[in-house]
Amino acid sequence: MDSFTFGAALLQYTISGLTIGVIYALVAIGYNIIYNVTEIINFAQGEFVMLGGLFAVFFTQTIQLPVSAAFFAAVIVTGCVGFAMERLVIRRARSSTVLSLIIITIAVSILLKGSAMFWWGKNPYSLPAFSSGRPFIIAGAAVQRQAIWIFAVSALVVICLTFFFRRSAYGKAMLASADNPSAARMVGIPVRQMILLSFTLSAAIGAAAGVSITPISLMEYDRGALLGLKGFGAAVLGGLGQFFGALVAGMVLGLAESFCAGYLSSGYKDAVALVLLLLALFFKPEGLFGSREAAKLKKF
Amino acid sequence: MLKVKSVHTYYGSIHALKGVSLHVRPAEMVALIGANGAGKSTLVNTICGLMKPNKGIIEFQGESIQGIGPEEIVRRGIALVPEGRQIFSTMTVEANLEMGAFIHRRNGRQVESDMERMYERFPILRERSQQLAGTLSGGEQQMLAISRALMSRPQLIVLDEPSMGLAPLVVKEIFRIVQELRREGRTILLIEQNARAALQIADRGYVLETGKLVLQGDGATLLNHREVQRAYLGKGARQIWDA
Repeated sequence: MDSFTFGAALLQYTISGLTIGVIYALVAIGYNIIYNVTEIINFAQGEFVMLGGLFAVFFTQTIQLPVSAAFFAAVIVTGCVGFAMERLVIRRARSSTVLSLIIITIAVSILLKGSAMFWWGKNPYSLPAFSSGRPFIIAGAAVQRQAIWIFAVSALVVICLTFFFRRSAYGKAMLASADNPSAARMVGIPVRQMILLSFTLSAAIGAAAGVSITPISLMEYDRGALLGLKGFGAAVLGGLGQFFGALVAGMVLGLAESFCAGYLSSGYKDAVALVLLLLALFFKPEGLFGSREAAKLKKF
Repeated sequence: MLKVKSVHTYYGSIHALKGVSLHVRPAEMVALIGANGAGKSTLVNTICGLMKPNKGIIEFQGESIQGIGPEEIVRRGIALVPEGRQIFSTMTVEANLEMGAFIHRRNGRQVESDMERMYERFPILRERSQQLAGTLSGGEQQMLAISRALMSRPQLIVLDEPSMGLAPLVVKEIFRIVQELRREGRTILLIEQNARAALQIADRGYVLETGKLVLQGDGATLLNHREVQRAYLGKGARQIWDA
């Protein structure tokens, strides 16, 4: 392929890096929502992504829904899983410390992964792309149609969340609960409901990421752990709790991974996220966009 | 309006309130004074629902409210201006006020006009309405905390140590504001370590000591009471002991 020049290759890596990067960003945003309201790092976040993908497979193949309907069905069902997780597990342990709650989320992630294995087995599943057609060719680089959908879904999520947290009373009440839970209760904000909402919302966003990525990279029961870990890397790199930081850090992570796979070796690809995570923790533990003062006041 | 009847509250294993009874009548300002560790904050937290009393009755407007959570108590009409202000420091001043009116969030017009009234009362808050609340000075934060409490349209305002950690001039300003609220006919329960300032503006006062009310009376009487002068005002200690 003569036309596949250096420039085209660079563009190709950039596009695929950004595509996977926005998925990491969505996972990181999921972490941030729960962290913002509860200071809990929910290690079951990756499992929400996996469940989203596999539920979408279930709705398209077993129930024969069209992909668009399956997308929303998977997002809603996974949101319910997040709801149930808060109601049945987190709320029962509400008097525990944040650290034990974090350990509980690891237990939930193992439980979800195990259940998914029983239900769907160990094989990877595929999903038809949201719209069919040949990839677009831009300056010698191929852009899959699904990548456009991924960008669209992410943009929509970010816009909706920004609107929700900046404008709506409930969004602001969630921020207030995060800022000062006891003061929030004293002005009449039901903080428990806000926590419930944060888990539901995070699960739904994770699921949206999962459904969008499945047509490109398949989905299987144990895919969640790695996606969750990379999303966590993005969340820390961007500064825990910072939505804009998560978006930027997710893309940085995706690009780094893609360039590593393209120019070094795809074998090291998965290590990139961990290396970036370690570098962030060593040199800038509050993250690229986090404030140092705020980081000092927080427990994790 | 508010009746607290022989309330016992434990703070962990500490018996912090040992049978406290007090009442606040409508349009009255009642001061509760006491030293550090006397149980003032425990009493406030018990009234506002953050702590549950082990024994005793708390009645507000004829209904018993003990053991109800703080989210519900603010709906019943008690607003707390908490110790240390406790504003939402990472949110804007405007958002803080809006959150104060969370229970009225469906009534946008009311919230807006109330907010306008707060800005008229404290023009500095209007100037800083888009600033993060954490960047305000201590006095401004206290004004914000008071406005946030007023936004819930309370029947009773509980002010917990409004002068704490503020410069003397600012303390004066805060007490002026409290007096103004009183003149508007609002019902206020003022908790203070600054006994003199509190008793000077209050109709009645209670003195709390190690979990028990040891004295009560109208403001002026308490202000001139020998025990109060000795223990809280540091005035004429020698005369008392010499006598």
